[in-house]
Amino acid sequence: MNLASSPLATIDGLSVTLEHYLVVSGVVFAIGIAIALSKRNAIAVLMGVELMLNAVNLTFVAFTRFSQNADNASVLAGHVFVVFVLTVAAAEAAVALAMAVLVYRRRETVDLDRLNLLRW
Amino acid sequence: MRLRLPFDTQIDAPSRFPTGIRQVITRPSLPGLKLALAVMTVFGLVSNVAIGVLVASGALDGEWYDFRDLGIAVGQLREGLDDRFDPAVSYIVTMLIGGIGILSLIGGLLIILPWVERRLLARFQIRRGPNRVGPFGLLQPLADAFKLMQKETIVPRGADRFIYFLPPVIVFIPLMLVWGIVPWAPRMVYVDTNVGVLYLIAVGSLATLAIFLAGWSSNNHYALLGAMRTVAMMISYEIPLSISLLAVVLMSGTMQLSGIVEWQAAHNTWFAFLMPFGLFTFFFSSTAELNRTPNDIAEAESEIVAGFHTEYSGMKAGLYLAVELGHAVATGAFVSTLFLGGWSLFGLEEWIPPYMILAGKISLIYFVLVWLRSTLPRFRLDQLMAFAWKFLIPLSIIYVLVVSLEASIFARWDVEGLIPLVIFAVVNTALAWFLIRRWAAVMGYRPGVEPTRPLMATGVGGLRAARQLRGDA
Amino acid sequence: MESLGIIAGFWILSGVTVGASLAVFAVRNLLHAVVFLILAFVGMAGLFITLSADFLAVAQLLIYAGAISVLLVFAVMLTPMANRDNANSLYMLPGGAFALAFATIVAFVAIEVDWSQLRGDALNGRNFSTTVGDVGQALLGPHVLAFEIASVLLLAALVGAIVLVHEDERAPEDRGEAA
Repeated sequence: MNLASSPLATIDGLSVTLEHYLVVSGVVFAIGIAIALSKRNAIAVLMGVELMLNAVNLTFVAFTRFSQNADNASVLAGHVFVVFVLTVAAAEAAVALAMAVLVYRRRETVDLDRLNLLRW
Repeated sequence: MRLRLPFDTQIDAPSRFPTGIRQVITRPSLPGLKLALAVMTVFGLVSNVAIGVLVASGALDGEWYDFRDLGIAVGQLREGLDDRFDPAVSYIVTMLIGGIGILSLIGGLLIILPWVERRLLARFQIRRGPNRVGPFGLLQPLADAFKLMQKETIVPRGADRFIYFLPPVIVFIPLMLVWGIVPWAPRMVYVDTNVGVLYLIAVGSLATLAIFLAGWSSNNHYALLGAMRTVAMMISYEIPLSISLLAVVLMSGTMQLSGIVEWQAAHNTWFAFLMPFGLFTFFFSSTAELNRTPNDIAEAESEIVAGFHTEYSGMKAGLYLAVELGHAVATGAFVSTLFLGGWSLFGLEEWIPPYMILAGKISLIYFVLVWLRSTLPRFRLDQLMAFAWKFLIPLSIIYVLVVSLEASIFARWDVEGLIPLVIFAVVNTALAWFLIRRWAAVMGYRPGVEPTRPLMATGVGGLRAARQLRGDA
Repeated sequence: MESLGIIAGFWILSGVTVGASLAVFAVRNLLHAVVFLILAFVGMAGLFITLSADFLAVAQLLIYAGAISVLLVFAVMLTPMANRDNANSLYMLPGGAFALAFATIVAFVAIEVDWSQLRGDALNGRNFSTTVGDVGQALLGPHVLAFEIASVLLLAALVGAIVLVHEDERAPEDRGEAA
């Protein structure tokens, strides 16, 4: 699936570079921050966190793709890191959603503004 | 008592009730049909011999008119276009050819399959099936489609309109995507991706979400129940399915579907012989993911009206039914690709076009699916879930451990030929038999010592039994 | 990275991803937000493909679009009396401002920094036909400890989620707490 080497037309001025991916990743990460900070529903906040993790993954993959690392062992280190991020994201989603359901059972709400039991 | 029916069909009503069904069917005579069939058979045989001579002479090898592998023609077309035009042109042209091929395959299947399925089911139930619209009722699916399109689209009150209209479209996407990786011949693959097996699992899991959204947005308890059942079942059965695929990947050492087929062709063996339990796991899990009887608890008519598509009417419901049929055939394609050798048939693929071999295997699996649907009763929800979690998953984990040992032995063993593979096949079959017996005993299942004879089934047990009861066997 | 397919793919997919992420923020219904989030995940998988990361693209599709999204929909469904309106809290203005500032900084850094040392074409130059084998080698080679820990983490999350959501069958007074 090496699309990059597919014999397509080359357009010099429009070539996609590392900057493009970094900007996209930054924008998605910022949207994730905005969602995580400003949503009331705990599940929506979790969605924002997932978006942020996705943006970070994109950065890793982009750096791996454009790096000039000649070292054999670590050329795909970014990919390996993304695999771990995926693992942790899956685990985090499972536990966090379980906690959301648990909180809902106790308090009949998942509104984070109203979960203020620990506020002094 | 005689009933007059159209088409010269005579049915004798049963005179003595419990002894059996008396049925005399006078088939409508079709003059000329036998003659036409005979002419076609002779013509087919002659042309087969001619083609065989042509193939044996080697005149076809690698040429663009080599009908055994349409990929060669496309590849040469691409090279020719590359010489004359921009590389983008050939890329887009070949992409369109493959895409249109897949789309027309799906479209053709969806036109013919409802007829095939209904006719087969009718045969199993000693009925005739659709035979009124067109010759042999062949136009029945078209008539059904027109009927469905004319129907009014009813949106239930309180339905979430945005999500309600989305799932019939979304469920179609995995069906189309999944056909892209099927290898029809050595060079006849649309996308020969290196992560084919993983792609198969990933794309298959996309349908779960569409079904869930459909059931959720319908604002109907039955629909929601059906959606919950579907999701629970799909998540449960995805695990044994993935594990059985993992065994195949371990043995063949690649996730590329064409690589898996080539491994089987090179070693003159099928994974069905090497790991019969893996085949069973994959097949059963696939039927569970497909929502087909005997595992169609998600749309069990007798329990929850029609499951997740209760509230869909018209062509939207038709799309769900079409997707179900298409997925059944896709399952056939993947069972035959992964476990039954794909386009290879022990060297015969040199003579017969490989895509014809694969199509034959697909129709075989599809027939088995219809057979299962018509003979087995529906399982209960708890039975199905317990079967996945208590039976299939632990056994397939043990199994994949054994297969991984065998794979590492196979990679290090320098014996030529089939010797290690035969040993592995024997070991795996014996192990599967032993494990199933042992595990069933541990789980407390004791098969009946004297199985009771099913009286009803022999009473209406197919045409042969009816003929025997009539005495004109 | 100059081929037409990559360029078109990048612009379309990044448009889909960013647009769907914005829709997650803007849409008023929580379940619609989940649908757009899935679209963003799928677009991100497409971006991975444009970066020649075939294994990660399919893994992303499998884990995010296949598993996590179902978890999210389940969570939305299991909290029926909660607010479903995806509303913003009082922190929307500072949060949005912070996000805007963050995006600006990242974009500024990404554009201004001279990445000429990283102008290489690691995957393309080495002509990777697939990354599956190399990712597998790396996972079970230098990173095997982290791999094992990740498996333990997954098991812990599995057990933890079950224990958290498991309903206690006993009566509330037997649990030793006020109902």
